[in-house]
Amino acid sequence: MKASVGGYARATDLQHAITLLEAADGMARVLAGGQSLVAAMNMRLSTGDLLVDISRLSELRGVTDEGDTIRIGALTRHVDVEGNALVRDHAPLLADAVKVIAHAAIRNRGTIGGALALADPAAEFPACVLALGATLHVMGSDGERTIAVEDFFQGLFETELEPEEILTAISIPKAEMGERQVLQEVTRRSGDYALAGLCLVKRQGGHRVTMLSVGEQPELATDAMAKLDDGDIEGAIVSLRAEIDPPSDTKASAKYRRHIAGVLLRRAVDQVTGDAR
Amino acid sequence: MTLQFGNPDRPNSYIGKTVPRPNAARLVEGRGKYVDDIVLPRMVHVAFVRSPFAHANINSIETADALSVKGVLRVLTGADLAEVCTPWVAVLAHLKGLKSPPEHPMAVDRACWVGEPVVAVVATSRAAAEDGAELVDVDYEQLPVVTDMMTALDKDTPVLHPEMGDNLAFQRINEEGDIEAAFAGAHRVVSAQFSTARHTGITLEPRSILVDWNPAEAQMTAYHATQAPHMMQTVLAKHLNLAESRVRVICGDVGGSYGIKVHVYPDEVATAAIAKIMGRPVKFIADRLESFTTDIHARDHKIEAKIAVDKDGKILGFDVDDWTAIGAYSVYPRTSAIEGNQVINLCGGPYDFADYRAKTTVVFQNKTPTCQYRAVGHPIAVAITEGLVDMAAAELGLDPIEIRRRNMYADDAYPVTSPAKMRFEGLSHHQSMDKLVELMDYDALRADQAEARKKGIYRGIGIAAFIELTNPSPFMYGIGGARISAQDGCTVRMDPDGSIVALSGVTEQGQGTEAMLSQIVAEGVGVRPNNVRVITGDTQVTPYGGGTWASRGAGIGGEAALRAGRALRESILEVAATMLQADQNNLDIRDGEVVDSDTGAARMPLEELGRIVYFRGDTLPEDLPRELVQTRHYITSEYPFAFTNGVQASYVEVDTDTGEVTLLKHWCVEDCGRIINPQLVDEQIRGGIVQGLGGALFEEIHYDEEGQLLNGSMADYLVPMAAEMPDMVIGHVETPTKESELGAKGAGEAGTAGAPAAVMNAINDALRPKGAQVSAMPFTPERILRALGEIED
Ligand SMILES: Cc1cc2nc3c(=O)[nH]c(=O)nc-3n(C[C@H](O)[C@H](O)[C@H](O)COP(=O)(O)OP(=O)(O)OC[C@H]3O[C@@H](n4cnc5c(N)ncnc54)[C@H](O)[C@@H]3O)c2cc1C
Repeated sequence: MKASVGGYARATDLQHAITLLEAADGMARVLAGGQSLVAAMNMRLSTGDLLVDISRLSELRGVTDEGDTIRIGALTRHVDVEGNALVRDHAPLLADAVKVIAHAAIRNRGTIGGALALADPAAEFPACVLALGATLHVMGSDGERTIAVEDFFQGLFETELEPEEILTAISIPKAEMGERQVLQEVTRRSGDYALAGLCLVKRQGGHRVTMLSVGEQPELATDAMAKLDDGDIEGAIVSLRAEIDPPSDTKASAKYRRHIAGVLLRRAVDQVTGDAR
Repeated sequence: MTLQFGNPDRPNSYIGKTVPRPNAARLVEGRGKYVDDIVLPRMVHVAFVRSPFAHANINSIETADALSVKGVLRVLTGADLAEVCTPWVAVLAHLKGLKSPPEHPMAVDRACWVGEPVVAVVATSRAAAEDGAELVDVDYEQLPVVTDMMTALDKDTPVLHPEMGDNLAFQRINEEGDIEAAFAGAHRVVSAQFSTARHTGITLEPRSILVDWNPAEAQMTAYHATQAPHMMQTVLAKHLNLAESRVRVICGDVGGSYGIKVHVYPDEVATAAIAKIMGRPVKFIADRLESFTTDIHARDHKIEAKIAVDKDGKILGFDVDDWTAIGAYSVYPRTSAIEGNQVINLCGGPYDFADYRAKTTVVFQNKTPTCQYRAVGHPIAVAITEGLVDMAAAELGLDPIEIRRRNMYADDAYPVTSPAKMRFEGLSHHQSMDKLVELMDYDALRADQAEARKKGIYRGIGIAAFIELTNPSPFMYGIGGARISAQDGCTVRMDPDGSIVALSGVTEQGQGTEAMLSQIVAEGVGVRPNNVRVITGDTQVTPYGGGTWASRGAGIGGEAALRAGRALRESILEVAATMLQADQNNLDIRDGEVVDSDTGAARMPLEELGRIVYFRGDTLPEDLPRELVQTRHYITSEYPFAFTNGVQASYVEVDTDTGEVTLLKHWCVEDCGRIINPQLVDEQIRGGIVQGLGGALFEEIHYDEEGQLLNGSMADYLVPMAAEMPDMVIGHVETPTKESELGAKGAGEAGTAGAPAAVMNAINDALRPKGAQVSAMPFTPERILRALGEIED
């Protein structure tokens, strides 16, 4: 199939991008790395929109140290997230996640902002930033605002972003001393979207657990988290299986995903406590 | 003079050596010329509106909106094409009872599967054609669908093609001996159900055709990514009412075929029909979604089977009940009954036993048609056979290698005819097994497996012996009435500069045919392979031939090339003998020079001979034959097929918590007769294994109950990828066929034939301590966990 595009404009700066989006009156799409959007266009799943290319906006790229947090520009590419020292030191979960996202060619172009704005429930970054308790920075015609990650994901491929808003950066709290962050998943082939995946963050304040590919959007598994905080691993596994509502598709049934959720949680806990085989 | 294949130091010893592929550099540099690279003056593009329903009447078609799209030139319906193109019926006389209704290039008043072409939109670009296609309004009236294979013949299932009477396309029983008695008297009977998933061939280059109709010459030229140019010439001529001589099919570079590109596709014939209607070149390139919905599918089989053994593990008989559903039509002209037919011809293949019964039932359903895909029927038959043999071994407490050794045909038993009535000229099951056991260090592997198990790690070893049908004679298609040549030809000529041109009827799909031909011709004539230019894939230029299918290129096309090369060598030497006033028997051609055959002393370079023959022919005796061109054709006649054999082994690890299977290593020892190019054979085996591993672990086309295809993309249909592929060790035994001087049999399908069964047996070997067993492919993590009882419905 050939893409059917409504037009293309390359934004020269952030304000220009927002002006373009506003003028299009809901008929524009931000183009970042293009690794999801262009694929959708090539299957005519997305047609007719004006493409507002923000990929040259260097102010949206790179990672900075902001004291208690690190700030990752929305256009920071997957490959650069993985290689960044600040990310490795303070949010190792994200660097680990990149290793299992797609393939090198896609990681060289795909951006963390694009992955979050897309809000694919099977993607790694949304589940990771939720587990890490990130804050998202957004720019729109009314200026800048911040959104707590707990409020950002609003269903299947849905977010809090307005059509003329651009995600500019993500702030992640730096890992505490002794904090552990692990990602466990089952994939059919390396680089595939996971059949199911699980992020576990263990902090002094307690555990945070999120999953990917088991629902319409990443969610905190609060029941399982409470059980883990109580040291009840078996209980946490039972709770986790009960609180998710995974889909059935051609790759796995809901039953399989529910079962695997428990297996992944056990493995994640083993990894954190050093019992991993 | 016969070639001394046994002597690696013989002159011009290119057969048996790895020589570079003549087209490799060009392709790697991106200078290949595929159909989509060809642009002709006044060329237009066609996109098809395809049925969104598995079964629907077409009440009306509204095209006005589509015609108003900028760039759209014409919109055609099935009825429009029916005026210039006759329908076809895909049956063969030797497949008794096979039936299929007439099929048009586009549905006329009823669509029978999701993806069937209904309307063609022709425009100045593909994008414009797609824009137009979106605006075509077809009024469909949905009809009841047939999607389940096993209930297709039930009384209350609707009949897909009422004029056919029922949904049965074909049924055959292949029977030998007294199967009831064999099973009644057996020490043990083991039975199992197997299934292989509907999958497809995934070529990197999608199906592609560009057809140019020149009314002034009444000449049609089709640039076509095809395996069988001459077959397509006949088909286009016949159904578009043209003289066969006025249809030229040109097949340049092809990006993989695997059987996908050997069939007649409605949209491709439609493209030719439209070119004829419009008098303009029309291009159709399938996109990936079209590939999934309209390339042939294959391997959709469900089987109940049993094996009877005596107390020593001697096989007494196999009883196989195979079912397959082939979609809405039998595919033209090879038919969709061949796969089931192969299954019942190939079960039990390696083994010496007496009583056999195998039945195949082939039914219609509202899905994409299935047909021949690499290793047609073999992976299914091998899975049934080798699955049962392993299960019997486990029952008897026998080692899987040992039970096979007790049952395989002895290496000196040939010629033999199997209970399935297959005739084997010469196979090497025991030698191959010995070599395999040595290559894989079987005992050490068993020790590793035991060691791992102590740590709670489940590893398993799987063995699968197989036979492969290659070098087909007219018994495959010709006797059934299909104009598909089992014979192939090669013309070899010497040009004035002493270089050699070889024109062959077999084709290059990326597998190395041209490399293989260049080295055979080089050795046959006595020049270096890089001095041989090979031309394939042009019906107006090459000798008539069958093309690429059923592993025939090297065995049939290679023998024709050898004979033509040897004949040209004699022609050259006859001229040389006259020029040099020497005895022809004392001359030879080596490295492009005429030499004294005893001493090797140079007598005359070929370019000097060429100069004199072509430019100073006046200096040669008038009656001297001076044709520096020779053509030879070859066909097998003593055996319907040249069977090859081999055995594969797989070592896997199963994660019993997640159901994931990791392929640790894979081995294959095969016997394709004379090896012409070791590297090409190894890579054929490896590539074939990869496709077999795909079938075992990954590949499955999913449909819902309404006949909607659910996973038509490369993200959802899983092909095997490099990261999951194990290291593969390939070994060879060479038992040349005595039918030809070259002695080559086919090697293209052996890898695919045996790999799925080896993996299945390895998984089951790993799971056996847990009392679990799988036999439904692909072996997904979910299926493994279900077998282990970890998840239940
Ligand atoms: C074969 C393949 C395999 C993949 N596998 C995985 C995988 O295993 N795991 C995984 O997580 N991902 C996977 N991906 C997706 C990949 O990670 C994408 O790069 C990512 O999801 C989107 O990032 P992008 O920069 O390419 O966004 P784009 O494709 O450019 O945009 C995606 C969407 O986000 C919007 N958007 C982008 N940036 C912004 C912004 N700053 N503000 C507002 N809206 C914005 C766009 O308008 C569009 O709707 C895969 C992709 C491919 C092609």
